[in-house]
Amino acid sequence: MNSHVNLERRRQAIYGWLLLSPALILLSIFAFYPSIATLWSSLFSRNTRRRPSEFVGGENYSDLFADPTFWLVVKNNLLYAGVTIPVSIAIALAMALWANSKISARGFVRTAYFTPTVLPMIAAANLWLFFYTPGLGVLDQIGSLFGLPSVNWLGQPETALWAIIIVTVWKEAGFFMIFYLAALQTIPEDLKEAADIEGASRWTYTRRIVLPLLMPTTLFIMVNALINSVKLIDHLFILTKGGPSDASKLILYYIWEMAFAFFDAPHAAAMTIMVLLVLGIVAAIQFFYIDKRTHYQ
Amino acid sequence: MSAHPFVVLDNVAKRWNGQLGVEHISLEITEGSFVALLGPSGCGKSTTLRLLAGLETADEGRILIDGRDVTTSAASDRNLSMVFQSYALFPHLSVAENVVFGLKVRRVPRKERREKLLRALTITGLIGYEDRKPGELSGGQRQRVALARAIVAGQRLCLMDEPLSNLDAKLRTSVRKDIKKLQQELGITVVYVTHDQTEAMSMADRIVLMRDGHIQQVGSPSDLYNKPVNTFVAEFVGAPPMALIRSEALDGFGAGRRIGVRAENVSIAPQGQGRMACRVSESEFLGAETLIGLAHEQAEGLTIIRPGLSPMTVGQEVGITFDDADLHVFDAGGNRLALQE
Repeated sequence: MNSHVNLERRRQAIYGWLLLSPALILLSIFAFYPSIATLWSSLFSRNTRRRPSEFVGGENYSDLFADPTFWLVVKNNLLYAGVTIPVSIAIALAMALWANSKISARGFVRTAYFTPTVLPMIAAANLWLFFYTPGLGVLDQIGSLFGLPSVNWLGQPETALWAIIIVTVWKEAGFFMIFYLAALQTIPEDLKEAADIEGASRWTYTRRIVLPLLMPTTLFIMVNALINSVKLIDHLFILTKGGPSDASKLILYYIWEMAFAFFDAPHAAAMTIMVLLVLGIVAAIQFFYIDKRTHYQ
Repeated sequence: MSAHPFVVLDNVAKRWNGQLGVEHISLEITEGSFVALLGPSGCGKSTTLRLLAGLETADEGRILIDGRDVTTSAASDRNLSMVFQSYALFPHLSVAENVVFGLKVRRVPRKERREKLLRALTITGLIGYEDRKPGELSGGQRQRVALARAIVAGQRLCLMDEPLSNLDAKLRTSVRKDIKKLQQELGITVVYVTHDQTEAMSMADRIVLMRDGHIQQVGSPSDLYNKPVNTFVAEFVGAPPMALIRSEALDGFGAGRRIGVRAENVSIAPQGQGRMACRVSESEFLGAETLIGLAHEQAEGLTIIRPGLSPMTVGQEVGITFDDADLHVFDAGGNRLALQE
């Protein structure tokens, strides 16, 4: 009987590993191995014809810390994340609450909100380029109706990053709305009725019941928004290319530039490792700290 | 007492997109009574309750609570509490927070809130569970949290929408007694929706039996059982339901009528002396008694009750008899004829 149980247990173990293996293999090849290879190459100097690559330890990292552009890019990205994450979440929530209420043309409203998400980022960027272009752009056209001077939104350091931020919020809010909408539909109707009978106003109901019940979704969206604030740079290529004078340059764009414009792979690798580290830490905080205070149904 | 009914529904109607919800609902409920809205699913009993609660607005008619016209008032202004079928507990709040939610919303001072919470939890036997989340409670405990929330504010009118339907049969019987006791101790008025006639019969002072959006009969449980106004009531109330026999099968009742008789009034006649000859179609042993189902061409639902375990062979021929005094006579339309009174 003992051997029979052992056999069964082994069978279960093999079964489990077989189920795990596709994800394990793919992740190993395309995520774990590249990460480790990146870490490894960030510890070596650049390979030029005159000087072959050699182990330099943390030198690539200290170079970056001494690079003012790196700090500017970090600052840009912090501002970018600090604005796009809360604003797009707030707008997404507001739109979801509205699109979930009993309004006419609800289907249309939902579709309209979701449209920016369907558009590829490059297409969206081209669309916004048309809005922002000085003189011809829609914004300037509207401005000129009121006698406002022409503004080169993308061409001046003070406004370039904000113009980028607006495009991102526009793009992301609809996407996050879908998650909120799905979560709102899992909240039973009778909770609202119970709250009504207890005398709760619509605002109290939203604050005390709906928002807490949406916390798991908010957490999920926050992690996604955070990753996107680092990952989503497609529109930079179309709109500003990081300019003017690095005013709208984000960290991933800088990494790309470092690797494929300046051909400085080791420094790009070092920067990548730092981004991974920071993202990992923030995600861990979100999941382990906020998660504890979140109610899951 | 009847001069000032506590709750009045005056010719209330509600339709959805032209489809009938309920119609001609007129009802008076005295303070401190336990009223059951009874009927099959889709009969409009829940709609009636929701109209009363203010979760739906009536298309026609008036609703008065405690002498005040609340026809168009919001649910929160009607000074009532409600227990939902699904309990509608807030899943992220603890038992205590769930119970005092309404008090908090209505800005009851903290000290008073604590006192009321303690009292409600004591009454419902939930002391010690204050900090649990609804998800950590059993079905019966959740049900009691819903009850505690309904009584904590001390509202005089409490509406219950099939509060026992999610409990298992055994628990249902005990909670039934608890609710009835609670209602009597607190002296509150309860309007209770159920499709289970046993629940209605055992708990209610008055039963409102509904069908297809209309009230069929309003009365005490014994009224409904002993003097059903029509064949629908006769067949809905009582277990087993009243048997209906076509008048042609019996002598002296004319034609085109239907004669109702309850199982406890039917007995087996000695050989050859029965008023009707039937065939045994099934035997159902219930412990204290055995129900014998009988088949007859002119009758439906004929049953006899025999004490203890006494099954009869299916297919056996048997003669039955009953007293004329125990019969209910209904006309062709199914309405009661007052012949026997």
